[in-house]
Formats: sequence, structure tokens, C-alpha cells
Amino acid sequence: MTLYSWRLLRNKIWLGLSMGAGAFGLLWLVLILSTLVWNGIAGLNLNVFTQMTPPPGSDGGLLNPIVGSLVLTALAVAIGTPIGILAGTYMAEYGRYDRITFVIRFINDILLSAPSIIVGLFIYEILVVPMGHFSGFAGAVALAVIVIPVVVRTTEDMLLLVPNQMREAASALGAPKWFMISRVVYRAAQAGIVTGALLAVARISGETAPLLFTALNNQFWSVNLNAPMPSLPVVIFQFALSPYEDWQRLAWTGALIITVAVLSLSIVARALASKGVER
Amino acid sequence: MNSIAVRASAETIPNTREKLSIRDLSFYYGESKALHSINLQMYERQVSALIGPSGCGKSTLLRILNRIYALYPNQRAEGEVLLDGENILGPGQDLNFLRAKVGMVFQKPTPFPMTIYENISFGVRLYEKLSRAEMDERVERALTKAALWEEAKDRLNTSALGLSGGQQQRLCIARTIAVKPEVILLDEPTSALDPISTAKVEDLIDELKRDFTIIIVTHNMQQAARVADRTAFLYLGNLIEEGPTSMMFNNPKDRRTLDYITGRFG
Repeated sequence: MTLYSWRLLRNKIWLGLSMGAGAFGLLWLVLILSTLVWNGIAGLNLNVFTQMTPPPGSDGGLLNPIVGSLVLTALAVAIGTPIGILAGTYMAEYGRYDRITFVIRFINDILLSAPSIIVGLFIYEILVVPMGHFSGFAGAVALAVIVIPVVVRTTEDMLLLVPNQMREAASALGAPKWFMISRVVYRAAQAGIVTGALLAVARISGETAPLLFTALNNQFWSVNLNAPMPSLPVVIFQFALSPYEDWQRLAWTGALIITVAVLSLSIVARALASKGVER
Repeated sequence: MNSIAVRASAETIPNTREKLSIRDLSFYYGESKALHSINLQMYERQVSALIGPSGCGKSTLLRILNRIYALYPNQRAEGEVLLDGENILGPGQDLNFLRAKVGMVFQKPTPFPMTIYENISFGVRLYEKLSRAEMDERVERALTKAALWEEAKDRLNTSALGLSGGQQQRLCIARTIAVKPEVILLDEPTSALDPISTAKVEDLIDELKRDFTIIIVTHNMQQAARVADRTAFLYLGNLIEEGPTSMMFNNPKDRRTLDYITGRFG
């Protein structure tokens, strides 16, 4: 066998192995998604979006947890995104060369990968216990704690991608630093920062653990932030573990709804990100 | 001796008022010294060129004149730079105000990600409160001066990123002159441009020196010969020689200047 044909053969072997590994990974994803669609679509009808969660054995839908999830997510993003963007801005624009920025970045990375159940316990201790009861507000704060490191990270990364020349050009026109950042740098990094916020939304929409200790659940319609609030992940958790078939079917449907929502968010985020940082 | 054509008019311009006076100026990047006790004058409504091989300190020198270096930590200048007699390196100097007086155009075009109109009005709005009509007029005048009006007038509200490289650079020049500076610093403004755009920008420099004091850093000696009234040659952080462009190119006093302009190094 010549050296050349040996090399061709080796190429084929490795290519085959890599493709096999890729296919193996994809297989599970396809299996999960198809199971989800198969089981979820059966229970999908208008009632899901118009009726409250039922007691076992009667008809119902997922309206209250869907609305609860939307409220919790919106509030968490409203709390977490500004803090994250401001922190990321500090790190990239003001303290770029400071030691404190390295420390913040390190801690932020830890927070980014911290198990979310710990976040839930933490908020339980500092909000739920003093307030004396579970509440939607506590749930939103717990989710906000998960939003912050995601947004900090993407904001800093996106701002660092903006070429320094852009900052110099704005400064060279006599622009004060805050004006340079808010009018030029933010605009250049806009797509990336929005992508970060969307990724954070995608990340928290499926979180269950931090909500178990904070927002808990509610069988009834409730948008009162001072009371326990239902959410899709917690309802799925509860219904899927129940022995009742109709609850299990609703859990599948809820899972399908979350998956489709997160998937579409990710696609929008990707599309925005591919526009990239404008020069 | 060399074939570089020197502007005939260079010598005929009388010595005008001193605009910038650099005295005993040294510059440090952290511990390393990049400029050694530079002394140099630049005159009002003249084009002064800074030439020299890469790393000689010409851009560093330029970046001191509007203190843009101050954006970065660990960079510091020692000595004096007098702008109309006032030391811009002195304490209490308002950097934003200084930069509005001493504008700068960079090597690569740096249009902001906004419309052409907004690019021009950006700097103006910082220091002047103009009505819509006055701003329109200012934008038109700046673009006309930068020889971009004809190409841009029908697309003022489109993104500046859609302009070609040469147009973007002229936009940056327009943006700079719109704030009515006294001095314009050009940091290799044509090195990223094609020959036709380069010629346009050079014509523009000729035009602009009626109103502004211009200091240009260039790698291209023909360019210095074409546009500059005075030329300074820097080498390894030292000012080797300085004088009217014709003298620098036809009759340099220093051996190193001769070697550089005849292409023996650099």
C-alpha cells in the first residue's frame, strides 16, 4: 500500500468516526424532539390556552402557568438586563484595565455556571423567609439572578468587539465618554447586546429549580406578585410526576410549548447575532 | 538626486503665525520611551507632514496633539505642547474641548453606525445648539468642503456604512470639519484607500489648509512632497530634521534623511 492510499484510507476512517459521533448525538436530539412533539401535540388544542389548570379528572388548560411564566420572565428580564448591561459596560469601558474587572469576570463566570437550585435556595433565604410566604416577586428575582451573569458576559464580549478606533473617533470629536458609549459604542454593539438578553430569556424560560423555592405554584389564575405564582416549568414538573393521565398529557403539551418558544427565541437570537457587530 | 516632485508653492508661502509649538516633548508607553525631547513648530494654515519609517514615533507624536493617548492607561507625555501659547499638556485642560478644537482623522475610515447626516451632526450637537435648518446647512457645508456632497446628498438618511472606503474617509473628514476645529490631525489618512480616492483626499487637504492648520502623518514620501509645506523626519523617536518640504527633499542636511527619502531604508 502506498503512502498516499494509506493516507486516503486513514482520512476515510476518521471521517467515518466523526460522522458517526455526530449522527449519534443528533439521533438523541431527534428522538427527544419527536417524542415531545408526538406526546405534546395530542393534547394541544385551544383549551390549553384558554383554561386554567384542572383538578385531576376534569378538563382544563395551561392558561395560568403560561401567563405566570410570561410575567415572571418579563419581570426577571426587566430587573436583570439593566443591571447586566451596566455591569458589562463598566467592565468593558471604564474598568477594562483594572484588577477589579478580572475579579468580577471570574465571579461572574462562576455565577454563570452555578446550579440554579442554589440560586433558588438563596432567594428563599433572603426573600421568602422574611416575607413569610412564597411569591411571584421572589421567583422573578431568582430568575433575574440567573439573567444577570448571561447579560454581563455577552455585553462585555460584544463591547470588546467594537474596535477601539471607533471610540477614538468619537472622542476625537470632543465627545465625553458617556456620550461616546451611549451613542456610538452601544449602537455598534446593539445586535450583540440584544442577542444576549434573548439568550438570557431562553435560559430562564425552562428553569424549574429556582422557582420551586420562590414562586412555588398556584392552581388558580393569579398575577399577584405578592402571592405564589404558577409557571410552566413547575406545572410540568408537578403534572409529569402525578399518576393522573390527563395531567401527564398536559405536562407534555406544556413541555412542547416551552420548547417551541425557546427554539424560536434562539433562532431570532442567532439571526441577530449573525448580523454581528456592525463596524 | 531624487525624482520626487515638490510643490512649487511650498516656498512661496510666507511664514505664518506659529500655531503649535512642541517643546522638549518626551513620551512613554509604560516604561518604554517612544519620543525623545522633540522640539518642533507648526504654523497656522500650513500643512506639516511627519514622515519616518514604521515605529519612528510619528503617529505617537500626532496622538499627543489632541491627547487622544489619554484614553489609555500607562501612556504619558512630558514636556510642553503650546496651542496658541497655551500648554495642552497642563493640568486642568478640558480634553473634550481640546479635541473639539484639534480634530483627528484616522488611518482606517471610522464611520459611526448611523446615517450620514447623523455622522456629521454628532460632533456639532455636542457644542452648539442649532435649529434644524442651521444643522442642515452645516451638514451640507461640511460635506461640500469634503467633496462628498454631490455623492451623498440623495442618501443623507441612509447608513454611512453603505459608502465606499474613499467616501467613508471623506465623510470622516467632513465630520471633523463640521465642528469647526482649528487644527486637523490626519493619521495616514490615505493608506487604506485606492489611488483615485487618495488623489481626492490630497486635493481636499490642499483645499482645507485655507481654513485649518493641518498636520499629516504619512508613510508615503511622494504624498508628503505633494501636500506639505513643511516636513519633519523622525527616526527611532528622535526628530532628525525639519524644514520646508522642498529643502527636506532636495537638500537634506542629515545623512539619515537622505537615506530615507531616497528609499535606502524604511
